[in-house]
Amino acid sequence: MRARSERTIGQSRRPLLVRGIRPYGEGDPVDLLVRDGVIAELGPHLDGASAESFDGEGLVALPGLVDLHAHLREPGREDAETIATGSAAAALGGYTAVFAMANTDPVADTAVVVEHVYRRGRDVGLVDVHPVGAVTAGLCGERLAELGAMAASAAAVRMFSDDGVCVHDSLLMRRALEYVRGLGGVIAQHAEDPRLTAGAQAHEGEVAARLGLAGWPAAAEESIVARDCLLARDAAAALHVCHVSTAGTVQVLRWAKERGIRVSAEVTPHHLLLTDERLAGYDPVNKVNPPLRTAADTAALRAALAEGIVDCVATDHAPHAPQDKDCEWSAARPGMLGLQTALSVVVATMVRPGLLDWRGVARVMSERPARIGGATEQGRPIAVGQPATLILVDPDAIWTVRGAQLASLAHNTAFEGMELPGRVLVTMLRGEVTAQDGKVLC
Amino acid sequence: MRHLLSTTDLPREAVTALLDTAEALKQSLLGREVPKLPTLRGRTVVTLFYESSTRTRASFEIAGKWMSADVVNISPSASSVTKGESLRDTALTLAAMGADCVVLRHPASGAAHRLAGWIPTHVINAGDGSHQHPTQALLDAATLRDRLGTLNGRTVTIVGDVLHSRVARSNIELLITLGARIHLVAPATLLPCGVENWGVGEDRGWPVTIGHDLDAALPGTDAVMMLRVQAERMRGQFFPSVREYSINYGLTEARLRLLPQHAVVLHPGPMLRGMEIAHSVADSPRAAITEQVRNGVHVRMAVLYHLLAAQEDLA
Repeated sequence: MRARSERTIGQSRRPLLVRGIRPYGEGDPVDLLVRDGVIAELGPHLDGASAESFDGEGLVALPGLVDLHAHLREPGREDAETIATGSAAAALGGYTAVFAMANTDPVADTAVVVEHVYRRGRDVGLVDVHPVGAVTAGLCGERLAELGAMAASAAAVRMFSDDGVCVHDSLLMRRALEYVRGLGGVIAQHAEDPRLTAGAQAHEGEVAARLGLAGWPAAAEESIVARDCLLARDAAAALHVCHVSTAGTVQVLRWAKERGIRVSAEVTPHHLLLTDERLAGYDPVNKVNPPLRTAADTAALRAALAEGIVDCVATDHAPHAPQDKDCEWSAARPGMLGLQTALSVVVATMVRPGLLDWRGVARVMSERPARIGGATEQGRPIAVGQPATLILVDPDAIWTVRGAQLASLAHNTAFEGMELPGRVLVTMLRGEVTAQDGKVLC
Repeated sequence: MRHLLSTTDLPREAVTALLDTAEALKQSLLGREVPKLPTLRGRTVVTLFYESSTRTRASFEIAGKWMSADVVNISPSASSVTKGESLRDTALTLAAMGADCVVLRHPASGAAHRLAGWIPTHVINAGDGSHQHPTQALLDAATLRDRLGTLNGRTVTIVGDVLHSRVARSNIELLITLGARIHLVAPATLLPCGVENWGVGEDRGWPVTIGHDLDAALPGTDAVMMLRVQAERMRGQFFPSVREYSINYGLTEARLRLLPQHAVVLHPGPMLRGMEIAHSVADSPRAAITEQVRNGVHVRMAVLYHLLAAQEDLA
């Protein structure tokens, strides 16, 4: 790959002129001038005599990516990931905002903890870190956490989730939906009926049956999604469904959306690409919750994402220390890395097969998640006067995933050794270049 | 052969070779006053059992000792496992001490596969969760070969808790490889998802058939394999009561009479007499349960031989 700039860009105080890019991969190449953190000019052949220049020929410009679902592990498991390393992984993956899940230690169920996470994110400064608040105190599913205090805190929490465990008590879920409606927020549900998944280790199907792994039935997800849609209907509340994994859930979502229920949904890159066939060698790098499912499910999820029944892609980035994966399958913790591979997996599963164009990628990886999470500064159009929060992507690049080379402290990527298409060359947050050519800048 | 982890990928020739070796070992020991062969002298076999076991552990120990191997038995309660050591660290420790072969029993499905990836030592799966127990299937095949002559075209009916049974999974795969027809009889709650597709494809033989009526199945059966209900692996209720299970799926004297004259009764043990098998049936001449145990030693000798000494002559 030829050098596009003599040195790292954006270090001077001068305006930055990006030449020859195609916003959303559409139309003729244009130049884009960034001044004072906003897009000052956009058009062909801009005069950038006083500006620092970057050759963007052949690159696609997209709004900065927004991840509604990441585990940054701080506080509590700083041996697996920190807000600093997770932010670096995010910036390298093209993200400008990340929602950090609440299952930390201590749990993010008070204003004190969410403000700590928010401020750590600001100090690192690579991406906007939006803490997700717990729905129930300690994720115990017994009583509501102080949702209002978290919403009113400096972190201004709008998304609440007990992710990792399901808010399975119907009455508690109903109250949470109602209460959060009054805060202008959304409940993000990890849909898993715990009675149907006691001891579950893998998708309930032929593969798990042969491998002797206790099954995680699709109905455990679908029944909770159906129940929650009805509760959201009656509460006129906003529901977000985390990591949709089954074709049946897509049908339930379609039913709910057709009736105007305020439900949104995300799918992970791994549920778009990988199936339970990968479990044959019992390598726990493939262990995730919800589990990898069948090829019929991945096909249904891709179609649903293209159609908009599933609104967005969220990584469920879940770093784990080596000892939590170098063990027998049932002892391993569920989850895999996602921030640095998400865009490439979406290119491989959605763009290359023609299911989604780059405008669609901007929709499912930036605009919709920003809207769902209430991140008003994110997912903005690439237009004059808008914040220069955007990424430049080489659509033709092919790269090989190596877990050890990713910015996360942990290396648990199921995409190890895969050749994936599409590479983020520049990530820019309000005019500041946070990552360029695989290096983090700050 | 480097490891014995499952029966799924064992080709027919490998199975036949193992069974023939077991038979040869049995014959060579017949006339001896002291059942001892020098074949594995100087080799160290470690049995690492994370679940309780009487027959499998003793069988491996005797098999090793009859072939002059040094056999070391490790059980979690008497080792650093109770201090929180991981399976991987325990395995690396044993390998560093010079173990030639680790025989592993573990409650996690796939544990033996993981072990084989961590250490350079030969690994024998002596039961991993609900997944596989290949030497049990081999000794069952040896017993059926003794009694029936061949397995080709024979119908083996497996009864009971197939869902949680590693014995059933190993036997279904192995017996299909040897040309048998498999019929499963169990309540629907105890059948694995998609089991009707097992054995299908790649010219492997007949697909598995399923029924819920034991009385209807027995007259067409050459061998009936009774499974123990694996209460320790069950989460929640799978059938209404022990009494109802026993009435529907227990092998009673009346049911024994429904079997053809030549048919064999197998049970991998430990038996729950009065539940899945009547006391008198377990002790009847039709039952091959003690033969299974006896063949187990010879089959495990054969496995150790093929793994550890295959290039040397059989003494």
